[in-house]
Amino acid sequence: MTSATGQKKRRGGWIKEEFGNAERRTAYYMILPALLIILAIAFFPIMYSVLLSVTSSTITGFGSFVGAENYIEMFQNEDFWEGLKNTLIFTVVSVTIEFIIGLGIALAINRAFRGRGLVRAAVLVPWAFPTVISAVMWRLMFQDQIGVINEVANGIGLISEPILSDTTLLLLGAIFVDVWKTTPFMALLLLAGLQTIPGDIYEAARVDGANVMQRFFRITMPMLKGTILVALLFRTLDAYRVYDLFWVMSGQQLESLSTFVFKSVRVSQLLFAQGNAASVFIFVTAFLIALIFIKVFGMQTGTEE
Amino acid sequence: MASATATTTKGGAGRGALNSALFYVFLVLFVLVSLFPLLWVFRMSIVTKSNLLTSPAVTLTAPPVATSYGTVFGNPDFIQALQNSVIVAGVTTVICLFFGSICAYAIARLRFRFKGSIMTIILAISFFPAVAIIAPLFIQFSAVGIINTYWAMIIPDVVFALPLTIWILVAFFRELPRDLEEAAKVDGATTIQAFRKVIVPLAAPGVFTTAILTFIHAWNEFLFANTFIFDAAHYPVTVVIPNFATTYTTDYGAQAAGAVIVTVPLIILVLIFQRRIVSGLTAGAVKG
Repeated sequence: MTSATGQKKRRGGWIKEEFGNAERRTAYYMILPALLIILAIAFFPIMYSVLLSVTSSTITGFGSFVGAENYIEMFQNEDFWEGLKNTLIFTVVSVTIEFIIGLGIALAINRAFRGRGLVRAAVLVPWAFPTVISAVMWRLMFQDQIGVINEVANGIGLISEPILSDTTLLLLGAIFVDVWKTTPFMALLLLAGLQTIPGDIYEAARVDGANVMQRFFRITMPMLKGTILVALLFRTLDAYRVYDLFWVMSGQQLESLSTFVFKSVRVSQLLFAQGNAASVFIFVTAFLIALIFIKVFGMQTGTEE
Repeated sequence: MASATATTTKGGAGRGALNSALFYVFLVLFVLVSLFPLLWVFRMSIVTKSNLLTSPAVTLTAPPVATSYGTVFGNPDFIQALQNSVIVAGVTTVICLFFGSICAYAIARLRFRFKGSIMTIILAISFFPAVAIIAPLFIQFSAVGIINTYWAMIIPDVVFALPLTIWILVAFFRELPRDLEEAAKVDGATTIQAFRKVIVPLAAPGVFTTAILTFIHAWNEFLFANTFIFDAAHYPVTVVIPNFATTYTTDYGAQAAGAVIVTVPLIILVLIFQRRIVSGLTAGAVKG
């Protein structure tokens, strides 16, 4: 510890300083394996994707450089636009609904009451479902022959054709299933945030004559801002990459950005190059979404104590 | 929505009673909506094929039979898929816990530069659109010859589960009392020894919770399995069950039974450990 002083420190900069300290050196050794795994299997392939997207590669061989041709073809492909449109509608609508209902639930159950354990259990059940299995279950209930929801919706005149045969109804169904599955999780995150707000602030505000609405907008919302942004960012990015739910619940009929990539890369390998362009598109736009949350909304990313 | 604070205001006994009645109506509704699909699909799994096909009303009242479960458990492909899922999720969990706990300990306890940036990079990975790397991984996995093996699922699963493992473990490790390790170090233990002999046993409940969450994450994985596995002998349950309706020429009862079988163990696990799971899940978001 005492050796890393004097002239040595001046020349080595921070690298020497960090590695000259036994505790810090140990820390880096402990972090390195996990970081290497992540870098090797996530960052390296994304770079590879970028490279593939500007060549005429196929799944079996590397092709020649073609510039932006794959991107141009992708932007001319109707399926891509269909996927983008569905993904955007799905993301915006489902995250908005989940946030509003989730916040309502969190506010309602942020107190001691009988049956709290039961509610927490009910919250966790949809969350624990594998997405694919929940898609299967809801598909069974949307079925026109045996599905209870299709039957009821038809009975009260809500729908005029079977849910599974209409892409608009399928998209609505997907939004509904996503709201069912992830609203509880949203509520859980927001509830944890609410519980960090000290109760005496409300007490003081009440003494000063603040009413319910004032307390909500002047205390709850500002103090919850950090948690809200984290929850919204998590859910937005998660909804934006939707694949399992669309693929399984719609029986491969509903297009999203992810199903477009999957179909191009795995099903019809003629579209392999376009699929790579779409991969890069998804990656870049997801990155931009995160950036917007951090820069525009001022989300905190630091995790230092 | 304002009921969180409304109950404590002076509103008279009548209003209080009405409020709390409304509150419980809301709770019951909420619990019912959450549980409805599981209950209904369970109901679908215990009626005969002809009753199931008649109408949903008949499904609701028909006498229970176990034939669908017989079909599913008598199907070697389903048993194989269950085994595959257990292997893939199990190995993924072990690998994630090994690397994750070492990394998380360093982040939670030791002082070094770039801690914030490293945590941000790790978290960014878990929200990364996985579909963006299936093409390059496909080419690389083919080159190495692991397409159609468990590794083609385990390797990408580890990458996407590891961030979750690390974040939750960091939260758990931070809660442990620091004095004990300091004492161990004063007594001459190295950082590694302090970690192994003091932290690991103390953190066991937190590590166990993290293991459950990691296992669920890997168990639920679908995209990589659907991309890298062509051979039915290696399909996990998430790939097999959606195909049930087609392979059995619309045996919806068997599909419902399969869905119930792979979900119920997870739900039981989650319900037993719910308190810890909730704190594990929310720790990262609130403190981070």
